[in-house]
Amino acid sequence: MPQFNEPSPLEVKILTKRFQLPNSASIDTYLATDGYKAFLKAREMTPEQIVEEVKVSTLRGRGGAGFPTGMKWSFVPRNSPKPKYVICNADEGEPGTCKDRLLMEFDPHQLIEGMMIAGLAVDAHKGYIYIRGEYRYLIEIMDKAIAEAYARGWLGKNIQGTGFDFDCYTHTGAGSYECGEETALLESLEGKRGVPRLKPPFPAVSGAFQSPTILNNVETYAAVPAIIRDGGAAFAALGTPKNGGTRLFCLSGHLNKPGVYELPMGFNLLRMINEVGGGVRNGKKLKAVIPGGSSCPVLRADECDIPMDYDSLAKAKSMAGSGGVIILDEDTCMVRAAMRLMKFYQHESCGWCVPCREGTTWLKKILVRFHDGRGERQDIDMIGELSKSILGRTFCPLGDAAAMPTIAFVEKFRDEFEAHLNGKCPYGQH
Amino acid sequence: MADLVTLTIDGRTVKAAPGTLVIDAAKQNGIEIPSFCYYEGLSLQAACRMCLVEIEKAPKLMVGCTTPVAEGMVVRTDSPAVRTARKMTLEFLLTNHPLDCPVCDKGGECELQDMVFRYGAGESRFAEMKHHVDEKQWSPVVFYDGPRCILCYRCVRVCNEGMGVGALGITNRGVTAEIAPNKGDHLECDECGACIDICPVGALTSGTYRYKTRPWEMEYDATICGHCSNGCKTTLGVRNGQIIRANNRDKSGVNGEFLCIKGRYGFDFVHSEERLQSPLKRVGDKFEEISWAEALATVAGKFKAIKERGGKFGVIGSNQTTNEENFYLRKFVREGLGAPNIDHRRTGDVGALLQALGGKQGALATVGDLYLTKAALVIGSDLSQQHPLLAYQLRANKRHHNAHLYVVAPGAVREDQYAFKSVRAAAGGELAALEGLRDSLKAEADLTILFGDSLQGEAVGKLVAFADSLGIPVKYVPLVDYSNSRGAFDMGVGPAEGGLDYNGIVSATDLDAVWVVGENPLKDKALGSTGAFVVVQDLFLTETAKRADIVLPSASAYEKNGTVTSVTGEVQKLKSGAKVMGAKPDLEIIGLIGKEMGLNLGLIWKSDKVFEEIRKTVKGYDLPLPILTTGGAAQASAAEVMSSEQRAASIQSSRDTLFTSGTLGRYSKMLQSVMESPGGLYRG
Ligand SMILES: Cc1cc2nc3c(=O)[nH]c(=O)nc-3n(C[C@H](O)[C@H](O)[C@H](O)COP(=O)(O)O)c2cc1C
Ligand code: SF4
Ligand code: SF4
Ligand code: SF4
Ligand code: FES
Repeated sequence: MPQFNEPSPLEVKILTKRFQLPNSASIDTYLATDGYKAFLKAREMTPEQIVEEVKVSTLRGRGGAGFPTGMKWSFVPRNSPKPKYVICNADEGEPGTCKDRLLMEFDPHQLIEGMMIAGLAVDAHKGYIYIRGEYRYLIEIMDKAIAEAYARGWLGKNIQGTGFDFDCYTHTGAGSYECGEETALLESLEGKRGVPRLKPPFPAVSGAFQSPTILNNVETYAAVPAIIRDGGAAFAALGTPKNGGTRLFCLSGHLNKPGVYELPMGFNLLRMINEVGGGVRNGKKLKAVIPGGSSCPVLRADECDIPMDYDSLAKAKSMAGSGGVIILDEDTCMVRAAMRLMKFYQHESCGWCVPCREGTTWLKKILVRFHDGRGERQDIDMIGELSKSILGRTFCPLGDAAAMPTIAFVEKFRDEFEAHLNGKCPYGQH
Repeated sequence: MADLVTLTIDGRTVKAAPGTLVIDAAKQNGIEIPSFCYYEGLSLQAACRMCLVEIEKAPKLMVGCTTPVAEGMVVRTDSPAVRTARKMTLEFLLTNHPLDCPVCDKGGECELQDMVFRYGAGESRFAEMKHHVDEKQWSPVVFYDGPRCILCYRCVRVCNEGMGVGALGITNRGVTAEIAPNKGDHLECDECGACIDICPVGALTSGTYRYKTRPWEMEYDATICGHCSNGCKTTLGVRNGQIIRANNRDKSGVNGEFLCIKGRYGFDFVHSEERLQSPLKRVGDKFEEISWAEALATVAGKFKAIKERGGKFGVIGSNQTTNEENFYLRKFVREGLGAPNIDHRRTGDVGALLQALGGKQGALATVGDLYLTKAALVIGSDLSQQHPLLAYQLRANKRHHNAHLYVVAPGAVREDQYAFKSVRAAAGGELAALEGLRDSLKAEADLTILFGDSLQGEAVGKLVAFADSLGIPVKYVPLVDYSNSRGAFDMGVGPAEGGLDYNGIVSATDLDAVWVVGENPLKDKALGSTGAFVVVQDLFLTETAKRADIVLPSASAYEKNGTVTSVTGEVQKLKSGAKVMGAKPDLEIIGLIGKEMGLNLGLIWKSDKVFEEIRKTVKGYDLPLPILTTGGAAQASAAEVMSSEQRAASIQSSRDTLFTSGTLGRYSKMLQSVMESPGGLYRG
């Protein structure tokens, strides 16, 4: 049996419904549990109907930005004479996020079926799954599933006699967080250096190989079969208005029961921590939560009584991001947390644009110095100011992803930065 | 013209063509939006973020170099938010940039320095260790100092898009990202230096110039490159009479900022230690230095005696000297000596084309036309090697206007990479190959045909007939080599009725005097007239000079004034910059010989006086002086100067590559030092 955290009784299992089944990744298991039925149903629908159904579901991209998926699909010029591509972003680079790997490990056919339906919706006949290099074992699992699908006539020419052709390939990621940014991913897919592209043109019009392309996260595609099978309305009803469905929350950090849990959108964060995640570890008190992966501004404990959906978190000046919920207990040193994250962004900055390349490097050096007990009072303001000089001025959102959480750390936990000024960490962590 | 868009920039209502970028719209109205990565003509990067501006209703600052204008747009380029953003960009850039401007090669002409001066960041709050990597040498020409690099990617783009070479890329990521050469640790490329000149900072420096001087210690003289026929303007940086560098950063001239390795770095032959600096007299099988007075008296005395006894002269002019010099030489020989035997080395059949065109005007393309023509056809030339500027223009035309390029060549050429159609045809098979392109060519809106030496005489006539049959407007460039081949032809440096041509002069056995001005006909041949008195004017002791009785040291194109005519018939002025002791311009030498002989040609040997005479007497050369004197180029209109009989001499391209240029190239250490030298044709 593959290893997986104990499910929670509070979960609503739509995308993860096969995870507990024996041989859940095999095509037989898949076919025995409604697998590929949604594709056959979609084949009977017009492309417009498919897109409409996805719009009704209020499914929003699970990769980070939360863009309405149906709307994204509707931007593809269906009458373009060029070939069109369906691309799956399986780069899963956002710290705190570890759900796409489970979706591929335990239910690879669900992803393939989601991409096929997307192919029907935009008249594409080729799909690429761009999988981060470190997920080598998943590439093998996906390749095996793709081979099975071909062998059983669920991929290739004239699928199940429906007259629809679809080919699907895996592609190894080039080993950089930035390659998860959609246009950098396209560059990387084409064999070039993983730096982002100028927009417009947007990928929907000119993406992979200069052709119309839709690009979605693994979880986004994985939700599509359920939407087509049971209807968009049913999916929408699971969540909150404009934030339909369930999502896989990756609970990590100082928790008793960390793990990946499928919960309805809008699930209350405190309940998530206490009832799903078993409460803060070692009976400690909650200090803060990073609610959607490392790029999302931190919430203080008193801000955590909040529904976990895109709009509520945006209102709280944070983001739902990619579903990575990082719990920090009262003993956590926030300077150390800020430094650790900036080290990540500095290391991953592609270097294309000045504010991100130089700004993250400068910030990292200050934070390391600060953390080492060599900080000065003016550094605190400078950390905030430099971050604001990155924010909104970079080529791609990675700069923002580095700046936003840093600004929040300084603003919300300024006292902790000040406490470091006497050369010692108040938490004795360093 | 499409309707103009109205917008407001800094409170001023301005108009711009739809699609204009905000940065350009501002510039057109005299408002500077500072930029590093934006570079006119090259692809957009939006990488440096120096050009951020405020646009009303936009949620954040916008990138001026990629945002197109829109109706009613309100742009602010100097608001507090914009000023702060610029200052921060500069402060960011300086964090890892060495702050040792006093010892940086770019000091005084660095765009980063200028921007910091103008837009702030005088003080830095950066108190951390800088990221450092060591400087690297990639070739004799190109050095790269990573820490100074601001990653604007101009070099990468100019090499790829402008030169069509693509030798530069980017390696590593984040703060460790740097520019990398195509061979890992070194470059194998055109060595043109375009990357170096386009670099806004001191990251790329050249082997010829680095650490030799400060830019303000030089005087600048804009003149025409002396190496090939393309007529690029090159601005010499001269200190104490010595040329230290050459570039064209002001984008003047027909070439804009283009120069190849020869134009940018091949000037060093001027100061070669092998330059002749004193007249020489043969004494047995040795040369002895003599004074100018003695040399001129000896030559004049001999010439006079031979003329008086009705002896035979054979005179060879040059396709590298000025129009004035060739005009004066021809006048001297025909009128002063009354001799019919004069010619120059022919490298392309201009005459056959002019004859076939039969006086039709407007049929010769300019360098500028090559950027605008809808289609171009290159026959029998490895254009990027032999005519680098013309190739550059066609590449830019393809990039910016998607022009169709057709290639008919005996082997692989760089143009194949972006040609609309490319066919292989051996010399002699070109016209047959053209038939296969007829239908596509017919469908073009207009066409410019560039042809090399493989089409001569009748074949050129057939080419013109073929072009006429297409029913579209056609222009031509008859490809010739060397800096003034076209001028030598136009000045009528050819034999009179019954006179000997170039090969005839070399092989004749009965000449009494042979006078060679700036040519090396004996490079691999012996002179037929073994008993002739031989006078040679040259920069170096060439194979021909070694056979001379008197050698007169002449000044190079960079040391004199005058005009030259490029491959496209465009006349431009030379301006003397360098000084080499002992040498004299050929015009002066010829004039002084005449004076010694007591000849009266009715024309004084001053270049502007001679040019005045050229304007009056040479067909097609009645050119507007204001254009020429202000450094512009004016195209001589097509006029047939020589009869086809006179043109019978054999015609052959010099087959120079990017890395060779006849005699001059042999004495350029820089050209000799690059590993690509001497290069080869038709290798792609
Ligand atoms: C620096 C950066 C890294 C990203 N990494 C990922 C990633 O690993 N996986 C992912 O699905 N989306 C990632 N994204 C978001 C993608 O750009 C894109 O928005 C997403 O894949 C679209 O799919 P969705 O609409 O289904 O969310 C990243 C974005 C940025 C700016
Ligand atoms: S913000 Fe700029 S440097 Fe950073 S990853 Fe994006 S493009 Fe690269
Ligand atoms: S010298 Fe010219 S060809 Fe060589 S890398 Fe620089 S731009 Fe490219
Ligand atoms: S070397 Fe110069 S031109 Fe090239 S990227 Fe660096 S700063 Fe720009
Ligand atoms: S000039 Fe606009 S980003 Fe560099």
